Amino acid sequence: MLVYIIRRLGQGALVVSVMASVVFLAMYAVGNPVDVLAPPDASDAEKLLIARELGLDKPLWDQFFVFIGNALHGDLGKSFVYNEPTLQLILQRLPATLELAVTALTLAIAIGIPLGLYAGLKSESWFSRIVMSGSILGFSLPNFWIGMMLILLFSVQLKWLPAGGRGETVNILGVPLSFLTWDGLRHLLLPALTMSIYKAALIVRLVRAATRETVMQEYVRFARAKGLSRQRIVLVHILKNIMLPVVTVIGLEFGAILAFAVVTESVFAYPGMGKLLIDSINHLDRPVVVAYLMFTAFLFVIINFVVDLIYAVIDPRVSLVEAKG
Amino acid sequence: MNFFKKTLLALMTAGATVGASHAQELRIGLSAEPTSADPQFFDSAPNSALAAHLFGSLVSADENRKLLPGLARSWKMLDDTTWEFKLQPKATFTSGEKLTPRDVVYSFCRIPFVQGSPGTFSDLVKTIASIDAPDDETVVIKTDKPDPILPNRLISAFIINADAFGGGKNIKFKKDGCEDFGDNPNPSDFNNPAKSVGAGPYKLAEFTPGSQIVLERNDNYWGEVPHWKRVIMKPLTNAGARVAGLIAGDVDMIEAPSVQDFERLTNSGFSVARALTPRLLYIQLDQNNDPAWKSPTVKGVDNTPMSDRRVRQAMSMAINRQAITDKIMGGLAAPAGELLPYPMFGSTKDFPVTEYDPEGAKKLLAEAGYSDGFQITLATPNDRYINADKVAQAVAQMWTRIGIKTDVDAMTAGTFFGRRNKFEFSAFLAGYGSTTGEMSEKIDALVLTRNPDKETGTLNLSHYSNPAVDELVTQAKQTVEDKNREQLLQQAAKTAMDDVALLPVYFEVRPWALRKGLTYSARSDEQTRAMSVKPDTAN
Amino acid sequence: MNKPLPAFSDRSEAPWRQHLARLLASPSAIIGLALLSVLLLLALLAPWVAPQNPYDLSQLDVMDGMLPPGESLTSGFTAWLGTDEQGRDMLSAIIYGMRISLGVGAVSVVFACMIGATVGVLAAYAGGKVDAIVMRIVDLQLSFPSILVALILLAVFGRGVDKVIVALVIVQWAYYARTVRGSALVERRREYIEAARCLALPKHRIVFRHLLPNCLPPLIVVATVQVAHAIALESTLSFLGVGVPVTEPSLGMLIANGYQYLLSGTYWMSTFPGIALVIAIVAINLVGDRLRDVLNPRLAH
Repeated sequence: MLVYIIRRLGQGALVVSVMASVVFLAMYAVGNPVDVLAPPDASDAEKLLIARELGLDKPLWDQFFVFIGNALHGDLGKSFVYNEPTLQLILQRLPATLELAVTALTLAIAIGIPLGLYAGLKSESWFSRIVMSGSILGFSLPNFWIGMMLILLFSVQLKWLPAGGRGETVNILGVPLSFLTWDGLRHLLLPALTMSIYKAALIVRLVRAATRETVMQEYVRFARAKGLSRQRIVLVHILKNIMLPVVTVIGLEFGAILAFAVVTESVFAYPGMGKLLIDSINHLDRPVVVAYLMFTAFLFVIINFVVDLIYAVIDPRVSLVEAKG
Repeated sequence: MNFFKKTLLALMTAGATVGASHAQELRIGLSAEPTSADPQFFDSAPNSALAAHLFGSLVSADENRKLLPGLARSWKMLDDTTWEFKLQPKATFTSGEKLTPRDVVYSFCRIPFVQGSPGTFSDLVKTIASIDAPDDETVVIKTDKPDPILPNRLISAFIINADAFGGGKNIKFKKDGCEDFGDNPNPSDFNNPAKSVGAGPYKLAEFTPGSQIVLERNDNYWGEVPHWKRVIMKPLTNAGARVAGLIAGDVDMIEAPSVQDFERLTNSGFSVARALTPRLLYIQLDQNNDPAWKSPTVKGVDNTPMSDRRVRQAMSMAINRQAITDKIMGGLAAPAGELLPYPMFGSTKDFPVTEYDPEGAKKLLAEAGYSDGFQITLATPNDRYINADKVAQAVAQMWTRIGIKTDVDAMTAGTFFGRRNKFEFSAFLAGYGSTTGEMSEKIDALVLTRNPDKETGTLNLSHYSNPAVDELVTQAKQTVEDKNREQLLQQAAKTAMDDVALLPVYFEVRPWALRKGLTYSARSDEQTRAMSVKPDTAN
Repeated sequence: MNKPLPAFSDRSEAPWRQHLARLLASPSAIIGLALLSVLLLLALLAPWVAPQNPYDLSQLDVMDGMLPPGESLTSGFTAWLGTDEQGRDMLSAIIYGMRISLGVGAVSVVFACMIGATVGVLAAYAGGKVDAIVMRIVDLQLSFPSILVALILLAVFGRGVDKVIVALVIVQWAYYARTVRGSALVERRREYIEAARCLALPKHRIVFRHLLPNCLPPLIVVATVQVAHAIALESTLSFLGVGVPVTEPSLGMLIANGYQYLLSGTYWMSTFPGIALVIAIVAINLVGDRLRDVLNPRLAH
């Protein structure tokens, strides 16, 4: 077990560092940040000054080794635009994005599991058919377009909810959270809904398939024959059995949600990590882009690892030995 | 032309009743957030606007760029290269310390050496040769060569406190690094309210990037104490979110509402303030007539047609500027005929805007021998100026109609500037504002013959060169007397425009929206200042 | 469609004609196929069916800008879906945009499929270390969301239809590699491959003439679904401003352009291209969904 954990973490570290190097070298081959940042009428001398200040006057390899050296000390560089440590900038935005991701996932589960169960148990009913057709639609609608249509409906036409931004926050243990205020919730609802639709569609299909398979199995038939109440069968036996795929998907999709925050946050001008990434790409703020990707890669390694652990706990058939192809 | 007057007087249509609640607090929705509270970190409108709250500069400017006393109560020229500034005797920093010439020297010394600065202000002090202090309230600045617009530039040279940041006791200004400079504070120090010390009307209370900036009134301010006790600035980069926030009452005032929302806003009692800015959107055309030169994106002909003045004139006449400002800019722009809007220093009253005349343009093209037209690509950045890629498409449409088949190549600013500086475009659309608010800076950068050694024509990427214009501007730069200088500049601008050195398209108009009961003197430098927001005193 | 499909373990012995019949037995698949054919025809015949050539600048007039649906242009015809700020007829822009969106989706899938299938089948045939390494790379890539990888790739490459296609191929090949490998592993143990080996046929012949064709059914399912995925991804990237250039606007680009005007009630500029995009993706997914049932005997009851 311990060997497994160490090996997994080692692999994770390798992934993060390879990824950081590739992204660093690729990003540093793009454009010249000085051209974007300097005042438009800056003379060559001024541009040289800026390049020196940002450390861009050195050859690529020197810059790379400086970056590696600093990264080993936990220093991922300073943003060109803000002159703040990149990691600090990212961590400042993390609560907003996490809040959005958790809300979206909660919504997706709340919508997905009941509908999926229903569609699985009564697969022939008309409502189930609607749910299944709806889930195809949920798969198909591009994330950003859902967001726009929700804005059009709820903000522009009905004027019920704000069109973007993050609401009022309260500090809990120094972390600014917005879901504890009414204003914050109002701002959170539309972007969270946007992100949850795709996931809800996914969960519906998964739960339906798992339910249908479970219902066929001996022990459920047996339980039914024993005269257990329908409610109990559904809640205890079926739910327990569909937990495994659902947990896996939720775990993996949590990562995907963090990534898709890039799109949703752009549509709703929501000040999270994804917005930071897009802004930084546009400003050629290379250190932030590199640090963001390292951070995300790190999160993914952790998430995948945790999912595998949970998997092992829920399903005793899975052993923590790497599957051989 | 009526438009100029209207906008320059900063149209104010405030509602009649006074908003009741939170009388002393002003919440502003920003379209772009300041990247740092260090006043010398980054030369951009949002950063300078924040700095104007927290710091002072020797010279300040009113909403139309007219110079006003700042931390210097007066200034005069002693000779062609010597300026004397008298400091405001009452001026103190938020630490309680009195303003001294040493603070001025320390501030000017730091400007070129700000750590990690992505856009330095070093331009402001580049002509300064020495700074002396004959007494505690006088600063004498000597320049390398006559520099009549030094006070205009010093508007953005904010003064920081030498003691607060560990400036040397016997600091002495030297061009390439000062003597006994002392400590150089890190820009992030200024984001810390405990460390930020300035001589402005406000003190920093909180600086959280991406979230909010909170300012508290400096009650010991030496000048006119502003109305608002507390100012909260929130970056709301999405225009729709800003307007929604204003309507919902989350903020009292927003920058840059989108033009489509004006009607909705004014109908529900909000007011819109506008300012005509000196930011000019212009098109430069490759004019290199060297037979060995192949203009990079011209096709269908072997030479560079735009080196013929008639072709440039035709391309200018083909542009329906009014349609662009109405349809694409939604009225948030005014057609431009020259480099700077009237009445900024060096501009001319009623300077004509090139008339839209597609038939005349076709005739001129035929006269120049291009009756079959040619092909060209118009390049533009798509993430720098409002709607630039759409304006470029409209221009392409108009040129195509007179026979110049035009493609648009829109790219990110990062790519655009790099390629432009390597002369990779035969035609490009770009924008240029103004830090000094007068003509010499702009004509120098855009029109003068490009000469990296003399730092002229830094943005002239069209190979345009007119000795007559160069001569007039060189003279103007050495002319200290305002009236003569202005005449020379006006003449230079007229010569360049008659020669169609570039095609001016429009000046941007910057809007603000305010809740009922507030008025704002809109500033042409695009800055949002809480000091200029007043509650309506009508009742 | 974000996740790889499970590898198919059984080979369907049924002939293609039977598959087709079963595909057409589903009303939703028929609807999907019909919609898809209409869209494909429109896209292919764009220059002949669109009322206006939206990219011939001499046909546009800024003065026609932002007309609501149903208004007439100065040139006479009616813009049933309104115009954009350049005075471009939205219906024409959508038909031409469909061409680019479907084109990018199809081309990127073809290339990704070719590369992925080759890698997958070779890995399965070679087995051992080669297989392990290839599959590590595939797993690694699949663990990162495609949107993020594509975003960074395009930030590096810059804009352009060709660049978008390359980025889409890079983020997609792994799906095919995994799918093909899965079925190839099963096929490899079958008698006919053994027989081919015994006949000492050349390796490439065994791999490409015998092994690969028998892995096709699952590959087709994945490819169909991935076309929809690729189209959605391309539109998202264009929306974020790193996809196709303004001069070659796909549906995503049209939506992004209209988004700026959305809040002020100019709904038609973003809504109609969005509906067109959704119809295209839904149609493909309907077909893909049914194909999966048809070609995967495990699910067909």
